[in-house]
Amino acid sequence: MISRRRLLEGAGVGAIVAGSGIGLDLLKASAASLDLPKGLPSGLRAEAVLEALPGKKPLIKLTYRPPNYETPIADFRTAITPNDAFFVRYHLADIPDVDPKTWRLTVGGDGANGRLQLSLDDLKAMPATEVAAVCQCSGNRRGLVEPHVVGVEWGYGAMGCARFKGVRLKDVLDKVGLKKEAIELVLDGADGPVLDKTPDFVKSIPVAKAIEDGLVAYEMNGAPLPHFNGFPARVIVPGWTATYWVKHIISITAATKPFDGFWMKSAYRVPLGRFPLLARFPSQDTDSNTPITEMVVNSLITSHDDGSNVKAGAPLTIGGIAWDAGYGITTVEVSTDGGRTFTAARLGEDLGRFAFRTFSLPVTPSAKGKLTVTARAINKVGQTQTAELIQNPAGYHHNVMHTVTLNVA
Amino acid sequence: MRSIAVAAFALLIAAPALAQEEAIELKKAPGLDKVEGNCAVCHSLDYIQMNSPFPNAALWDAEVTKMIKTYGAPIGAADAAAIADYLKHNYGS
Repeated sequence: MISRRRLLEGAGVGAIVAGSGIGLDLLKASAASLDLPKGLPSGLRAEAVLEALPGKKPLIKLTYRPPNYETPIADFRTAITPNDAFFVRYHLADIPDVDPKTWRLTVGGDGANGRLQLSLDDLKAMPATEVAAVCQCSGNRRGLVEPHVVGVEWGYGAMGCARFKGVRLKDVLDKVGLKKEAIELVLDGADGPVLDKTPDFVKSIPVAKAIEDGLVAYEMNGAPLPHFNGFPARVIVPGWTATYWVKHIISITAATKPFDGFWMKSAYRVPLGRFPLLARFPSQDTDSNTPITEMVVNSLITSHDDGSNVKAGAPLTIGGIAWDAGYGITTVEVSTDGGRTFTAARLGEDLGRFAFRTFSLPVTPSAKGKLTVTARAINKVGQTQTAELIQNPAGYHHNVMHTVTLNVA
Repeated sequence: MRSIAVAAFALLIAAPALAQEEAIELKKAPGLDKVEGNCAVCHSLDYIQMNSPFPNAALWDAEVTKMIKTYGAPIGAADAAAIADYLKHNYGS
């Protein structure tokens, strides 16, 4: 639950802000300076503010409770997203302060030969591994979907890339032993709903994907996980959307039947065959839809805000990041003529196939006026971004090529 | 995983709501009290602004129904109707 202490602390701050015109003016000023993409719902553009959660720098607040805060584009100029800039996403508002001393991870289930509980010290005593991986909300860019669909109306920043350190799920599972009948791992975190009748946020992943790439991570960029990113430990499913990266993980259950909780059976589904995805989750398929799985190939221009002013004749560098589900980015192409022609950009350091890959292309705008800059990424299996949105009911997998318009003067 | 009874949470938020939520200003119109009294039990009311003004009447009806049927919000028929009307008239398309 939201602790009484935090509520009361919050109330105190609120009273101060509400009681001083300065506080509210500042809030309004930060909203005005945000200049969010015009494609977002006008209601969101009016209410979003830059605001800092405890342990975070100011991020774009979409909703206070449960907290949904996205990362400003300017914080994506490096391949690694700092912890204090990393986005925050919760479905349900009962978010406990987990005590690392009493925290336990329970591993078992009818698909396991045994059951055990691990303390944080137990976990840290096991062989550790580190992977740089993109954690991206399935609904990143939902707010840009036309026609709009209901949900958290994210712009571009419901994602981040960090070096996650922890223990392989395979090693955790080896401690109890998996039966060959085990098909899914059911993942539950310490957070939950306000009301008993609200379905708790519980997810499952295929055993095969868990064993291949999964981690129980307790560090992020060399530091303990921030509270709002799943302290003290969360599951990492590199390549797959963040819905499976269960925060504050307390229970991993090996199951011999498909898990049928609300957040699997009804939520986070895409129409069957709509997206060119290779990774499948067959035990959860229906005749018409399938769980969202891997991320689609994507890129983002981060060097320049949309509408920035630049000088004619002065060299500049268009830069950004590209990512996919872990097949690997091979090429990022940039167009400065509205998408008619594309030039291959230089790729930055390769931090691993699951990480953001930076790109850059020097450009010298010659003519005054508008310069339309578009980027598109291509991955090792030949997938690329779309020019038009692939429609789906919940607004997932938005990978329409990102365009910024520069004013050349 | 965790959850608490409605009554306990209502008590908690009956004291001044979460700090920053005071900054949320919904339109003052009939039904706002029902919105504040019901919807804010589980989530801040910026969810409403964020998803506006594009939902049409049918979509706002569906949202209210989803909160009751899917998420288990204990909202009676009269309050549900007042909430839906408020949303349609103030935050709908």
